[in-house]
Amino acid sequence: MTARIGVVTFPGTLDDRDSQRAVRVAGAEAVPLWHRDKDLKQVDAVVLPGGFSYGDYLRAGAISRFSPVMESVIEQARAGMPVLGICNGFQVLTEAHLLPGAMLRNTALHFVCRDQRLRVESTATDWTADFTPGQEISVPLKNIDGRYTADERTLDELEAEGRVAFRYASGGPARDGYGNPNGSQRDIAGITNAAGNVVGLMPHPEHAVEPLIGTGRTDGLGLFTSVLKKLVSA
Amino acid sequence: MARVVVDVMLKPEILDPQGQAVQRALPRLGFDGISDVRQGKRFELEVDGPVDDAALARIRQMAETFLANTVIEDFSVKVES
Repeated sequence: MTARIGVVTFPGTLDDRDSQRAVRVAGAEAVPLWHRDKDLKQVDAVVLPGGFSYGDYLRAGAISRFSPVMESVIEQARAGMPVLGICNGFQVLTEAHLLPGAMLRNTALHFVCRDQRLRVESTATDWTADFTPGQEISVPLKNIDGRYTADERTLDELEAEGRVAFRYASGGPARDGYGNPNGSQRDIAGITNAAGNVVGLMPHPEHAVEPLIGTGRTDGLGLFTSVLKKLVSA
Repeated sequence: MARVVVDVMLKPEILDPQGQAVQRALPRLGFDGISDVRQGKRFELEVDGPVDDAALARIRQMAETFLANTVIEDFSVKVES
């Protein structure tokens, strides 16, 4: 028996199919979930994929956060179910207050689309256990509202508790995907909640799971294999 | 019918690159003397029935939970007749 991982589709979601595919490539069963349906279909984990749900109206993720499916996702996330928010999904998780902080317009005001180098900062989460601490990975990044913002106290707390999951890697030229692409505070690309079951990140691991497409690497697969191992061994 | 206006602004400590871009464009267009611009949102709510304390409390709750994200934004509520 393998694990069932749900992938939510909101109106305006773009990356639900790629996320489903990443789930299958990792070896789990992908279960499509619909924004208007509270029923999570007995999944063991949920992915909130990227895109522009509800056109990013009001604020990115602000309207999706109140959709029927999110009532169940929020309830289950608080009960310990693994939840991964990618890009727009990360924005939904911050709007739902499952993760602290907020995402704002990139400082350079440009939409950024490139292969991005990340450093895995925490492997103590349900979604990052398969990486090694400090490991450098490259996955696609594409956003305009990607500037992670929180007050100093929250940032200090995240650092002290080891809850920064991914950071934009420095140590190389921008043309090779290094550097902070959007002005995120303290180069934060992804964070986790205190329990380690809810993780959000702006870059797109689901686009880097097969050698044929994307970066030509499979650096993103680790998030999906991490959660699968946890679920199967549970 | 009364109109209630909710203004939402980024908190002062939050960087507003859109406001900065507007400010930088002003001298080029011949508008001098503006040292800073911050951009916000204005919501005009047409309220059915009287705008009493209970209605205003509901609108404040609406602003706090939905119209504004109080992690990054402040809001103000005022009644226009």
